Amino acid sequence: MKLNIGIYWGAACGGCDVAILDTHEKLLEIADMADIHLWPIAMDFKYSDVRAMKDGYLDAVLFSGGVRNSENEEIAKLLRAKTKTMIALGACAQMGGVPGLANMYTREDILKRVYLESESTANTEGIVPLEGAKNGAHELELPRFYNTVKTLSQVVDVDYTIPGCPPASMQIYSALGLIWDNMLPKKGSIIGAGDRALCDECSRKKSEKTITKIFRTHEKLPDAETCFLEQGFICLGPATRSGCGSRCIKSGTPCRGCYGPLDDVADQGIKMLSALASVIEAKDEKDIDAVLDTVVDPLRTFHRFSLASSILRRKKA
Amino acid sequence: MAFEPRIVGFLCNWCTYTGADLAGTARVKYSPNIRSIRVMCSGRVDPVFVIKALYEGADGVLLGGCHPGDCHYQEGNYKALRRYLLLKRILPEYGIEPGRVRLEWVSASEGERFGRVVDEFTEEIRKLGPLKIKESIFESMRGDVLHESERSEQTGEAR
Repeated sequence: MKLNIGIYWGAACGGCDVAILDTHEKLLEIADMADIHLWPIAMDFKYSDVRAMKDGYLDAVLFSGGVRNSENEEIAKLLRAKTKTMIALGACAQMGGVPGLANMYTREDILKRVYLESESTANTEGIVPLEGAKNGAHELELPRFYNTVKTLSQVVDVDYTIPGCPPASMQIYSALGLIWDNMLPKKGSIIGAGDRALCDECSRKKSEKTITKIFRTHEKLPDAETCFLEQGFICLGPATRSGCGSRCIKSGTPCRGCYGPLDDVADQGIKMLSALASVIEAKDEKDIDAVLDTVVDPLRTFHRFSLASSILRRKKA
Repeated sequence: MAFEPRIVGFLCNWCTYTGADLAGTARVKYSPNIRSIRVMCSGRVDPVFVIKALYEGADGVLLGGCHPGDCHYQEGNYKALRRYLLLKRILPEYGIEPGRVRLEWVSASEGERFGRVVDEFTEEIRKLGPLKIKESIFESMRGDVLHESERSEQTGEAR
């Protein structure tokens, strides 16, 4: 019997959906394995089709994107009821992802910046998104823009997580294979990724790390063989789960942390802060500060994908 | 009731914790606001401990280690210092006053100084007031509900 699956996106860019398509000819095998009942980016189904399903009708839902507005939350809850297995697909569903960085601002800050202040916006009437509008007899309800980006598991019960921004395509394919073969591990597991730090699978040469200055990638050309951290580039490898196939490392770019923290790590960003600080050479407060001055925007660099899932989750009001 | 700062101290086994012990045996009087946790080295203090302590209700966190050059494990206190300085840089971005976290070198023989440090830090935190970061974070999410009618129902730690 074929599987019944749904694919949905919350606050996402669509990259995870593209990663599914990037399975190339394997996509035909996915189509043989599963009937797709919802996939907003690629196919025309309506929410009413989903509402009409019996509870637990779907075998699995791949949910990419975080929860940024009430529509994301409503559909996440709806799909949770309709599926046996809820899978958080990608960094945003797992940890809030890049949209989660907006948790450093409030809803009002964001609406003001985007709709009123941004240099490329002409909005003389000062219109910001409404939650509802009336036109004669017709009433229109629009989703509420939340103050805080949430991860999928902060809103509904999540069974499995496939990390990555985007997840490596073959990892999505193999994860679907786990469902097809009925080989899913225990609930709550991360699937389609390794269980060690990225440094463990990184092929670059590593020796004693003694950082004296941090460089950004536009400031100097990294060599192709040495550990990025040793060269002074911030690489989130020590604080990041393996499983991506070192895509960035192999193309000459330091890891940005999209595969998220390792098991039992409560806060990927703060772990990276700890790792980076420990390999700085200086011992004197003044010298340390001079090195730290070269770390641009540490909070967002360390939490690039994980802020919404970190301990503090957002800026204090 | 007047605000009493809740302070968590991560004190290294070889210097500051022993210093705190000395303060005890020497009957040094100091503020009772600190809850001391013994760690083997200040270098063992993961900054995640500090963030977690603040999140879970501490108003301030005191880190105690051996004086530079005196670390029982050679380098642990330098690591602690670097982590501390970097952590202090990101705290304001979260809306947390950097003064809520403090690193002090207190040797095993500085019992009296330990008392002074705790007294001073307690007064600083008293001036800063309660942190209540968990409450504030959840309060700011109260409007994040499907329908306006749910707003009042949502309380505390609804996830």
